[in-house]
Amino acid sequence: MDFNLSEERQMLKETAERFIREQYPIEKRHEFARATFGFSRAMWEEFAELGLVGGLLPPEAGGFGGTGEDIALLFEALGRGLVVEPFLATGILGAWPLVEAGDEAALEEVIGGQRLVALAHGEPNGRYSITHVRTEAREGSNGWEITGTKAAVVNGCAADTLIVSARVSGGPDDEAGLGLFRVDPRQDGVAIRSYATIDGGAAAEVTLGDAVGKPIGTPGEAYAVIERAVGRGVLALAAEALGAMEVAKDLTLDYLRTRVQFGKPIGANQALQHRMVDMMLEIEQLRSAVMLAASTLAAERAVRERNLSAAKHLAGRVGRQVAEEAIQMHGGIGMTWESAVPHYAKRIVMIDHLLGDTDHHLERFMRFSEDAA
Amino acid sequence: MDLNYTPEEEAFRKDIQNWLAKNLSRRLSRKVQRGQRLTKEDYLEWHALLRSRGWLAWHWPEEYGGTGWGPVEKHIFEEEAVAAGAPRVVPFGLNMLGPVLIRFGTEEQKKYYLPRILSDEDWWAQGYSEPGAGSDLASLKTRAVRDGDHYVVNGQKTWTTLGHYANRIFCLVRTDPEAKPQRGISFLLMEMDSPGIEMRPIYTLEGEHEINEVFFTDVRVPVENLVGAENDGWTVAKYLLTHERTGIAGVAYSKQALKSLKTIAREEQKDGRPLAEDPLFAARMGRLEIDLMAMEMFNLRTVAAAAEGGAPGIESSLLKIKGTQVRQEATDLLRRAVGPYALPELPEAFDEGWNGEPPGPDYALPLARAYFNMRKTSIYGGSNEIQRNIVAKNLLGL
Repeated sequence: MDFNLSEERQMLKETAERFIREQYPIEKRHEFARATFGFSRAMWEEFAELGLVGGLLPPEAGGFGGTGEDIALLFEALGRGLVVEPFLATGILGAWPLVEAGDEAALEEVIGGQRLVALAHGEPNGRYSITHVRTEAREGSNGWEITGTKAAVVNGCAADTLIVSARVSGGPDDEAGLGLFRVDPRQDGVAIRSYATIDGGAAAEVTLGDAVGKPIGTPGEAYAVIERAVGRGVLALAAEALGAMEVAKDLTLDYLRTRVQFGKPIGANQALQHRMVDMMLEIEQLRSAVMLAASTLAAERAVRERNLSAAKHLAGRVGRQVAEEAIQMHGGIGMTWESAVPHYAKRIVMIDHLLGDTDHHLERFMRFSEDAA
Repeated sequence: MDLNYTPEEEAFRKDIQNWLAKNLSRRLSRKVQRGQRLTKEDYLEWHALLRSRGWLAWHWPEEYGGTGWGPVEKHIFEEEAVAAGAPRVVPFGLNMLGPVLIRFGTEEQKKYYLPRILSDEDWWAQGYSEPGAGSDLASLKTRAVRDGDHYVVNGQKTWTTLGHYANRIFCLVRTDPEAKPQRGISFLLMEMDSPGIEMRPIYTLEGEHEINEVFFTDVRVPVENLVGAENDGWTVAKYLLTHERTGIAGVAYSKQALKSLKTIAREEQKDGRPLAEDPLFAARMGRLEIDLMAMEMFNLRTVAAAAEGGAPGIESSLLKIKGTQVRQEATDLLRRAVGPYALPELPEAFDEGWNGEPPGPDYALPLARAYFNMRKTSIYGGSNEIQRNIVAKNLLGL
């Protein structure tokens, strides 16, 4: 076992943290979040230029990272800054199926920041299930034609390319029979309804009617690719939540030290002190779980999935505690838009609504726990 | 960063496993696994076995007869020992006083006492708490007054675990009643058979004799039995407590408890199906397992950082809190798992050689006892509330 970051990783982490700290103050973040697509494309290009997209992807795809550790440390930094640019949608969920398919041309544009991709996988009534795919793909006169509806596609509106999952065979919840297709969202068969999200991002409902798609990999055999992409997304989100929680904790600590009531800082009250310590303790637990999940991302499936679910389960459980306590301990100020705290709280809690909540991952953890032992 | 075990670490684990399988007596492991009462001889048997392999002082540096193991090796060893059903190593001499003497003792003290700890010639007891000084340890009142080459000690200590097996006791005593509470304390070594020392048992809530109270009346202690400087005992005490706390996470014990829990939950039935398949119970077990996995990593990275020179400060307090929460939760689920068969209480079943028939399954008998016994973990070693105070003070500086 080795608990230390290598020198290159340490540098990557510091580069990302410094850039975000200096170039991404919360006022700017709010401005980006309110823009048409819920982020700043110019900022995205700057991030890409800095190498932060390449850091999420392996050398064979033209990146220089892509391990669990890279993903975790970059997303922790993104979480600290409440970054709204499409790192999850493009850098992880969209890019990884392309990595597995060896699509170097598309990846070069992704890493360079010129091409945005998004994974359109979840469907209405599917909650967080990875196998729930009702969208169908058939071979027609124009090649593969896809029909169905995709729900809450993160950054779906801004995507230059949609990566759509669809069923080519099998029953509605089978692992077998899934395909992934590259879909140009500007064609007639694609309708996109975009909306802002409460935590300062953007998502979209995507309706496909005989939309033309190009297969990525072999149609029917995409389940494992989807599971691995989602798994990386789970790690990314747990790490992002961790970063956001660290900031929420620090802001709250600061408030306890400086806010005076009854002639003394409110942090002098043991009722608040002990809750603050519990917050900190649970964040340390989450950090441990994220490190473990990052470290076993390349392990056999049961171990990988079990540890990812442990991390995401804790991110949801601890996240709710940290978000609620941070607001509570800030009192009325914590309820205002002006304060940074509630924006962290919103992101932390909404992460539990992406790629599986705390119950979903508890169930999944138990499913894999026996096999992993 | 790589949190997987290296091939060397896996080989080390295999080594420990093989050695334990070959050498740990079935008699002893059965007693431990059944939660039976351990005698002084049982502990000494285990110590002797470890000594024969050079593994007794696995916390000590090599130059003092320790193993020189790093944090990961220690972790593996503890995990395997507990899994094999070994008793715990009696901590007072080996894990508490030993490191204190290595850090603060004089050459004479190290030369005399350390080998005696290693050979089990001495069984140490811990004399910290008093009836009026629990969480507020610095308010202790046991008085030591200098009289020529001796201190004369008067007062009372309590919660003295396994004191009835001990021939020596290390105590915190007040040597300067005028100074601030923490400033007037000294760390003294005493012999149990000194005139004026009297010990009485305290029976715990399960009706067992594990702890004692110790009374001191005009006990004469040679001045060379002082460890560290006079009135500087608090520094020594804090060092010892930090040592006590990192072990207190009890990861290996919680892992073993979770393993039993899974076995029992597969055995027990609810509505004609294994309890392990009941979604409510399964969810409780799942949460426990996740907390335990995270804590194991937290523990490992803390001890690894400490081994590289970082001081385990507030982390040891955080680990104490989480470690005891997890361990208590495990015993709670074990108790619930057996339903009504948590009720029967057969004190005789905890004696070696008992051949009776329990009313319910074999494994059910010790579970409620263990649950109640484990309540102590959030109270001793600085209660969990005290740990929160320590962390808060450090974080907030208020």
